[in-house]
Amino acid sequence: MKTNDVILQTTTKVVFFIIFLFSIHIFFAGHYTPGGGFVGGLLTTGAIVLLLLAFDLKTVQKALPFNFTIMTAIGLLLALGTAAGSIFFNVPFFTHAFDDFTLPLFGVTSLHTAMVFDAGVFLVVVGAAITIIQSIGGDS
Amino acid sequence: MINLLLFPIIIPFLFAILLLFFKENVRMQRVLTLIGVVLSLVASFYLLITVKTDGVQAITLGSWPAPFGISMVSDMLSALLVTTTLLLTLFVVIYSFTSIGQERERFFYYPAILFMVTGVNGAFTTGDIFNMFVFFEVLLIASYLLIVLGGEKKQLRESIKYILVNVVSSALFVITVAFLYSVVGTLNMADISVKITEIGQPGIITLIAVLLLIVFGIKGSIFPLHFWLPGSYAAPPIPVLALFGALLTKVGVYAIMRTYTLFFTHNIGFTHEILMALSILTILIGCIGALAYFDLKQIIIYNIVIAVGVILFGAAQMNEAGISGAIFYLIHDMLIKGALFLLIGIIIYVTGTSNLRKMGGLMKTHAPLGWFFLIAAFGLAGIPPLSGFVGKLLIAQGAFQAGNVWGSIIMLASSLIVLLSVMRIFIYAFWGEPVELPKTNRKSYVRMMFPAIAMVVLSIFYGVGTEWLIPYMTDATDVLLDPSIYIDAVLKE
Repeated sequence: MKTNDVILQTTTKVVFFIIFLFSIHIFFAGHYTPGGGFVGGLLTTGAIVLLLLAFDLKTVQKALPFNFTIMTAIGLLLALGTAAGSIFFNVPFFTHAFDDFTLPLFGVTSLHTAMVFDAGVFLVVVGAAITIIQSIGGDS
Repeated sequence: MINLLLFPIIIPFLFAILLLFFKENVRMQRVLTLIGVVLSLVASFYLLITVKTDGVQAITLGSWPAPFGISMVSDMLSALLVTTTLLLTLFVVIYSFTSIGQERERFFYYPAILFMVTGVNGAFTTGDIFNMFVFFEVLLIASYLLIVLGGEKKQLRESIKYILVNVVSSALFVITVAFLYSVVGTLNMADISVKITEIGQPGIITLIAVLLLIVFGIKGSIFPLHFWLPGSYAAPPIPVLALFGALLTKVGVYAIMRTYTLFFTHNIGFTHEILMALSILTILIGCIGALAYFDLKQIIIYNIVIAVGVILFGAAQMNEAGISGAIFYLIHDMLIKGALFLLIGIIIYVTGTSNLRKMGGLMKTHAPLGWFFLIAAFGLAGIPPLSGFVGKLLIAQGAFQAGNVWGSIIMLASSLIVLLSVMRIFIYAFWGEPVELPKTNRKSYVRMMFPAIAMVVLSIFYGVGTEWLIPYMTDATDVLLDPSIYIDAVLKE
């Protein structure tokens, strides 16, 4: 008998975006409140895992056609690049910089290079976690 | 270039990341790995010269003042070890091109090596005890991949043991760092040293010293904690084994030397006596193992255990001759173990077995292999013009000065057993009646010989050129014997 997942799948379609937006919020809020790249990355992973539970591996791979190993590598490159940028200014490795910018829509915003580092962490966490889940779940 | 001392860590890391993008392209993997290792080698030589001319290099990451940020410190000892690590990696990588096989190369073999080198160089360079833990994990996790890569039954079995032991010892490391932090309230190694001097090493600090000895003893395989090493190291293929045997245990040895000369110098009668007793026992147990086996790999693996004992015996003397002997022997041992593992790898490739009883008469067909193995064997035992001699001589001198007569006699007698164990390989494999050899590719034999010969030649130069190396060794010894040089370099204001 073919099982019918219509309730699960419909709920997932809504809940996925809520979780994903929450993870983006956690990621950006990390500098002033609890949160940051690691938790944000894990929450995004959680959202993708929910998709994997509701649908099958093939559908999710079609919907999110990323190579997650490459995503991990890009994340590492971002993190290393932010830290190594200081080498060109002859200040100690990992020296971050920040400034206030006036952006349209947001107004005066303080932008910090630590956020780019955090974005690297985010990508590494998502890439590594999804790679683990895909390679364990993908065999059968 | 105030960031110079970080280059030998950053460059392998950068290239390891780049390699992740080209998983299937084996040719690209090889070329990029080679470029990465050569570039970091150049940087490390430059660093060595800078440390020689300008003294200890220190930097605190993120432009924070010294005890609050993570300090990275490159004194002569760490600069020498970083350079030796990269030299060794270069030859092992070249050897891997021929010997490791495409299936492994396709599955992150080279990135794993480069990540491991990142961890090893970082552990040699760091000036922060928790950062040292992090770099230990970086090198260990890369080594977990290397030990299991290939998925043979033996590798799977031994990697479980290896990971289990290392997870336990890492947990113990964190607990010990927590104890230390709760007593002194700082993680910066120079600052810890200052704080311990202020409170004059009460009993709790001595307890932490012994805990750290247990932690690093598991990583570096000293006597009662060496049980995991012979099985685990026999599982992975030869180039991986060469890297493990030459680098991983030496990181543990370096950490013991660093902590026991920088932190725990106020109750030497207790801590360093324990270290000395354990190192003697390590030498004895290694000698027993080296004689017991008829298996090429096991004989050389137990020689690692002996060498760890000898180095720590020198370091435990806490006088100039003992410490500089330990440094001489440490670097000699990294080079010669690399050379020996590559050579026995070729013997195993040619004969198709690692059982000594099934070999014989290789001298008639593979004469250069025989002669270079003989030179490497003499170098390992410490026959005068070769590399092992000066280190052991200085260690014996230091031990006699400190009045540890029996220890030094056992250490010297162990040289005979080392010589006997490797000469047995030579006699069984190269003399006697030739046996039927399996069909092998002559071209890959020649290609594998080049890096092995280069390593042996390097170790010969290391022995013959002792006179040129002495100023470097003196600098390294000075920092270890006088922690104030290290502390001033980090906490300068």
